[in-house]
Amino acid sequence: MKNRLKVLRAERDWTQAQLANELEVSRQTVNAIEKGKFDPSLPLAFKAARLFELSIEEIFQDGAG
Amino acid sequence: MSKQTSVINRRDASTAKSATRLMIWSLAWVLTTALAAFGPKMIWDFHTGLTILGVLINVGVGFGMIFTTKRHLQGLDEMHQKIFRDAAVLSLGVGLVCASSYELLEDIRLITAQPEISHVIILMCLTFLVGMIAGHRKYR
Repeated sequence: MKNRLKVLRAERDWTQAQLANELEVSRQTVNAIEKGKFDPSLPLAFKAARLFELSIEEIFQDGAG
Repeated sequence: MSKQTSVINRRDASTAKSATRLMIWSLAWVLTTALAAFGPKMIWDFHTGLTILGVLINVGVGFGMIFTTKRHLQGLDEMHQKIFRDAAVLSLGVGLVCASSYELLEDIRLITAQPEISHVIILMCLTFLVGMIAGHRKYR
């Protein structure tokens, strides 16, 4: 699954640690999501969407699609 | 920023504290297992009461270790929970399959020695360790 997390984070000038803090996960988890190595759960995706004030589809895209 | 950093540090500290607690319980379980196994022979000369007490303490500490593991797992974030669960599933699967085959080896007379449960436990621990390392490398 592709995502725009890294771009959105960079736009706000946040570090991975700051984003991890906001999402209540570890920095390693944010790094793995940004690299597309780990797909977040639906609740975590919703949390990210709320944080960036976007819809889930605007952040996460189905890689198979 | 400093507030956010301190929250991150608090989270890391909490995970480290939980891991330390788990390590202490695991160590206690190993020690009580050794006490239950060797105490009757080497310390209290097979005194029935003390032997039963040793086994009960061992089982009690074992359950304590299980609950501590559960609490530790619940404190991790979702990726680390997945890494932990994947390693546990791998360890359980390898343990089950190898223990079954290992036990069979003596029945079909391919080995003469009695299979030891400790060998299976060591195998499961090593498999879990390999699974954890592989999981962390996978999501690095």
